[in-house]
Amino acid sequence: MRARVFVTLKPSVFDPQGKTVTDALHTLGYNSVKDVRQGKYFELEVDARSEDDARRIVSEAADKLLSNPVIESYRIEIANEVSA
Amino acid sequence: MKFGVVVFPGSNCDQDAYYAAEHVLGQQADYIWHKDTSLKGADVVILPGGFAHGDYLRTGAIARFSPIMAEVRKFADAGGPVLGICNGFQILLEAGMLPGAMLRNRTVQFHCEHVLIKVEQTDTPFTSACRVGQVLRIPIAHGEGNYYAEPDVIARLEKNRQVIFRYTNEQGVPTDESNPNGAVANIAGLCNEQRNVVGLMPHPERACELALGSADGLVLFESVIEYVKNGVGSLPRTVVA
Repeated sequence: MRARVFVTLKPSVFDPQGKTVTDALHTLGYNSVKDVRQGKYFELEVDARSEDDARRIVSEAADKLLSNPVIESYRIEIANEVSA
Repeated sequence: MKFGVVVFPGSNCDQDAYYAAEHVLGQQADYIWHKDTSLKGADVVILPGGFAHGDYLRTGAIARFSPIMAEVRKFADAGGPVLGICNGFQILLEAGMLPGAMLRNRTVQFHCEHVLIKVEQTDTPFTSACRVGQVLRIPIAHGEGNYYAEPDVIARLEKNRQVIFRYTNEQGVPTDESNPNGAVANIAGLCNEQRNVVGLMPHPERACELALGSADGLVLFESVIEYVKNGVGSLPRTVVA
């Protein structure tokens, strides 16, 4: 099963990289872009019996390693297709 | 007494810490590989600066799972003095041995320069030979030293007097101009509740000889040597305001 994990800084946390990207976009003339928040994206190939099982494993992994709960939160998507 | 300097793949200040302990201060020092499972009888453990495991994922995020960290945690739980310098501080944060986390510097630049930090508290193994309010000139070299914690955590740190070093000007005033990375409350270093684990972003081991531009970092090493010799009784009592 394929899982996607999106790790982002919590809304309360300032994102210096996102701010720099926003400024660069403004330099390019994209003044309609009001804000950029930069995050991390992971694809995990998981050997799991069910979607729930996969979600449990991946959310444990996200809690323990993929994200730092002090500054980041995450969202998980499980793709339902069976991997070859 | 013996300093144990932990070496992770990607550590690059391990030799500076070793040199400061053994050659400048005349103490015994030993390297401890991150896969080792013994601290080799060290009286004080230093987690040095560098880029452990390439800083992949987040600074310190992988290093906290190195086998030696279980021993470092046991040593700290038993009251042993542990100093995390720069990347070592980041590892202590990721390991949950100190509260909070590091963000990218607010300028998004790597800062390599001498800064001024004020000693806020002297009742830790690494600041017992300092004066409260003493301003030290010590270099920093980091891209992620922008200390962050939720406001309630910061309030608790302040209440417990766990903020040990703050970026300040020459008068010891924590101004925005003297803050090189955007750290909350100008925090440059802190300790755990038991006060035996200290982490700081500046590099005292790179400021141990005048030839290096400053010898202000020596006092951290002198403090812990005294502490190991005389035990907790050597710590000054700090009056709570």
